[in-house]
Amino acid sequence: MRKLLHRYWVVFNRPSIHLSLGFLTVGGFLAGIIFWGGFNTGLELTNTETFCVSCHEMRDNVFQELQTTIHFTNRSGVRATCPDCHVPHEWTHKIARKMQASKEVWGAIFGTINTPEKFESKRLELAQHEWARLKANDSLECRNCHDLQFMDFTRQSPRAANAHSTFLETGQRTCIDCHMGIAHRLPDMAASSP
Amino acid sequence: MAIRWFLLLSLVTASAFVTATGLTDGLRGDVPLNQEPPAPTLLNQENLDIRRVRSFAMQPPTIPHKIDGYQLDINANRCMFCHARTRIEDSKAIPVSATHYMDRDGTIRGDLSPRRYFCTMCHVPQANLKPPVDNTYQDFDTLRKQDSDRAAPGNKSGSK
Repeated sequence: MRKLLHRYWVVFNRPSIHLSLGFLTVGGFLAGIIFWGGFNTGLELTNTETFCVSCHEMRDNVFQELQTTIHFTNRSGVRATCPDCHVPHEWTHKIARKMQASKEVWGAIFGTINTPEKFESKRLELAQHEWARLKANDSLECRNCHDLQFMDFTRQSPRAANAHSTFLETGQRTCIDCHMGIAHRLPDMAASSP
Repeated sequence: MAIRWFLLLSLVTASAFVTATGLTDGLRGDVPLNQEPPAPTLLNQENLDIRRVRSFAMQPPTIPHKIDGYQLDINANRCMFCHARTRIEDSKAIPVSATHYMDRDGTIRGDLSPRRYFCTMCHVPQANLKPPVDNTYQDFDTLRKQDSDRAAPGNKSGSK
């Protein structure tokens, strides 16, 4: 094993004989652009709603539910797509989430929620995962658009203004604590402990 | 076959009659019964958070806020997120009354009685709109005041 590693090191360390330094640097640079660009393009491709609803599990269950909510259709036509709420926007966290999501590929291949009944029986567990995630990151994906600093409490209903100033502003609660089920139907709440 | 023709004939006659007499129904507006009126525009629900007076003692209180998109089904009851006995400290909402925990035998249960589960069967949000039909209902207090005013016409303040 040591010998094998040593052989590779010698090859790696030796100046190249046939290829010029220019070819290697420029070639390496171009290859880097292609690989990195390709990787990012691929990543962005999996970060679109079209990609998400290409699985019938997503298209027939959660996407249908989203369509009745204010995050899909509203008076001003601004809307949130799946990755806006379910994938962190910042690179490091995005990669971490993408690696977690490999489990969803497994689920899609082996059909863990491929019928409405299976989905319904898993709804609580799936919802709890998302609640836990949003609680842990202080509702980061909500806050990408809804920034407390720019919330005008005087434009909110007295009820909302009161709740936001008592619980959100003091950091006692985060968005998801109250706004669970804002974009999808809730699971059996008697079985969960909110 | 004959029955079918008869039904069709009576339908045509009835609709001709309705059109001829211009029969309309107050709730439908100025549209004959055999025509479909255009759907009324959706209204924004009142969101003032100011409790409305009940018109009679047993009236279910109206909902003084929006309930758009509130889930109320076998899985979840969004109303109870705030109005449940255990939630009112945070929410400052009015807890549902003890009768809502009572089943038809008068037993107080730990959770909402199933017959009271669907809040919107009795409690409804309000919107600012003109009622399609007039309503001359007067509550007991108004009637009593009228009565005492009649008995003592000089007394405008309506002493009790």
